[in-house]
Amino acid sequence: MTKKCTKITRKTQKCTIISNKNIASDHFLLKIEAPFLAKNANPGQFVNVKVKDNVTDPLLRIPLGVHRVHSREIDLLYKVVGPGTELLSKRKKGEKLDVLGPLGNGFDLSSINDGRDKTAIIVAGGHGVAPLVALAEEMAGKKIKIEVFAGHSTKKHIVCVKEFKKLGAKVHIATDDGTQGHKGHVTGLLNKHIKSGDYDPGLATIYACGPRPMLSTLAKDVKRYKIPTQVSLDEYMACGIGACLGCAVRTRDGYKLICKDGPVFDAGEVEWGKVKG
Amino acid sequence: MGQGKGITQDMDLIIKIKNITFKNPIWVASGTFGCGEEFQDFVDLEKVGAIVTKTVTARAREGNPPPRIVETASGLLNSIGLENKGIDFFLKEQYPFLKKIKTRKVVSVSASSVKEFEKCIEKIYEKEDPDAVELNLSCPNVKHSGTKYNLLAQDAKATAKVVRAAKKKTKKLLIVKLTPNVTDIAGIAIAAEASGADAVALVNTYPGMAIDAEAMKPVLGNVVGGLSGPAIKPMALKAVRDVYKNVKIPVIGMGGIMTGIDVAEFMLAGARAVQLGTTNLVDPSSYERILGEFKAYLKRKKIKKAASLVGKLG
Repeated sequence: MTKKCTKITRKTQKCTIISNKNIASDHFLLKIEAPFLAKNANPGQFVNVKVKDNVTDPLLRIPLGVHRVHSREIDLLYKVVGPGTELLSKRKKGEKLDVLGPLGNGFDLSSINDGRDKTAIIVAGGHGVAPLVALAEEMAGKKIKIEVFAGHSTKKHIVCVKEFKKLGAKVHIATDDGTQGHKGHVTGLLNKHIKSGDYDPGLATIYACGPRPMLSTLAKDVKRYKIPTQVSLDEYMACGIGACLGCAVRTRDGYKLICKDGPVFDAGEVEWGKVKG
Repeated sequence: MGQGKGITQDMDLIIKIKNITFKNPIWVASGTFGCGEEFQDFVDLEKVGAIVTKTVTARAREGNPPPRIVETASGLLNSIGLENKGIDFFLKEQYPFLKKIKTRKVVSVSASSVKEFEKCIEKIYEKEDPDAVELNLSCPNVKHSGTKYNLLAQDAKATAKVVRAAKKKTKKLLIVKLTPNVTDIAGIAIAAEASGADAVALVNTYPGMAIDAEAMKPVLGNVVGGLSGPAIKPMALKAVRDVYKNVKIPVIGMGGIMTGIDVAEFMLAGARAVQLGTTNLVDPSSYERILGEFKAYLKRKKIKKAASLVGKLG
C-alpha cells in the first residue's frame, strides 16, 4: 500500500507569478501565489524552483530560501548569478512557476519560545539575507530583541533594511568597500559588538546565512564566545528531497545532506575545515 | 503480484523478462529514486514498473567529498561515490518499506571483488526475496579490483567472472548494468550473456568533468564524475541499438529519458524496458507524467502491445 495516512508536507505546485521586480543591483524580489507554501513553510525552509517548464537547459531546479510569508503568497529573493537565475528574472507576472516545497528543516526557535533568550542576532551575508527576513517576521511577535548584522559588497547591493526595521530590529551594516556602515566584513563588525559585551552569551542565539567563508569565520569566532549559532548552508543541489545524495556537507557525524538534514545546521557540528572555502 | 493493472482498455503494457512479468516497461533507475520512500509523496509507487534501489555495498561507504553534483548543458554531472550505509542497514532499515509496495523490486549491488558480490547477494536472499539483482559493474565513481581497467564493465573477462559467480547465488533475475565508456559495448554485453545474465541494463553515466575557470579549479570535489540527462540520450540510444543487435537477452535502456516519447525511442532502439533517472531529480513527480505520455503515444500510434515496439525501427 502506498496510500498515506500522514499529511502531505511538501509537493510540486504551479504557482502564479504576482510580481518579479529588480529591487537592487542584480537582486530580484519574486512574489508568487502559493497558499500551500504560505500555510506550511517555516522560516529557514526552502523551495526548489524550475525556472522554466519543458526546457532541458537549465535542467535542474534552483533552491531558494523562503524570504517572506503572506496569507496566500510567498516572496522569494534571489540574485542573478547564472543562467538559471537569469532566466527566472525574465519570467513575467501572470505566468506559472513550478515550485517544489517546502523543503528541509528551518531554524530552531526553541530558545526564544521557551523564554530563555533575550536577544536574537541575525547575521546576513549578501543575498543570504533572503531566508532571514522570514525568520525575523516569525520572531517579531515574540518577546525578543532582534539585532541584524548585514554584510554586502557595496551600498548598491544592500537590501531588506526597511523590512528588518519595520519588524523592530536594530540593523548594523557592513560593506566591503565602506560605501555604507562599517568598512569590512560583517563578521568583524559582529565581533566588535560581542567583545564590547553587548550580548550575554547565555541569553542570545545567532542565526546566520551567507557565503561559506563568512559562515566559517563566524563559526570560529562564536566558538570562542560560546554563543549558540545556527547556520543555513548552500551547496549545488539536485533533487531537494534527499534522494540523490548530491548536496553533502561534512559534519562531525559524517556527511549530512543540506536538503534533508539542513539547510540549517548547528555551527559546531559542521566541519568547516573540510568544506569548500 | 499486482501485475493486472498492466492491461487497460485494449492496451497491454506488460513486458516479460525470462519468467517474470512487469506491469509496464517503465522503471526507475538506481541512485535516482532512493529506496522508494523519498518519492511516496510524489508518485503512486504501485504504478511503477520496477524500482531499482540505490546501489548497496557490503560495507558502508561515506561517498565522495562535495561538491558532488553540478549542472552542465542539458546534463547532470555527479560524483556521489556510492554513498550508502551497507547491506545490513539496507536490509534492516530500508528494504522493509519497499517490500510493502506492490511492484517489482530490483536491488542494485556493487562490490570491489567477486567475493564481496557473492556475499552481498547471499545476504539479500537469505533475508528477502527481491525480483532481481542489478549488478552495478559500472559506477564511474568507485575503483574496482580484479581488472586493469577502472571499471569491471570495461573488461569482458572480469564482467564474465562476476556474472558467473553472482548467477550461482540467485535463482531470480540477474541484470548486469553496463558502462558506455568502452570501445565495444556489445562485446561486454555478449560476455555478460554468455556468463548467465538474464538482461543487460545500459547506459550508466558517461565520464566527464566541469571546470570553474574563475577559480581555475575542477567543480567537483572528486574532480571527475558521471554525466547523465538529455545530453547523453543520442549516445545512449546508439549503445542500446548496438547491444540489441548482438545479444538475445533483453536490453533495459536508459540515458536522458524525460518524456514518454523518449521511452518509445529507447524501445524502438531495442529496449524491452527502460529506466528513468535524472528526470526524477528534476521533478520528483515525473514518473506518472511520463507513463501517461507513453500511453498517449501508444494510443495515437494505435499500438496495442507495448512489447511490440521493441526493436521495431523502420
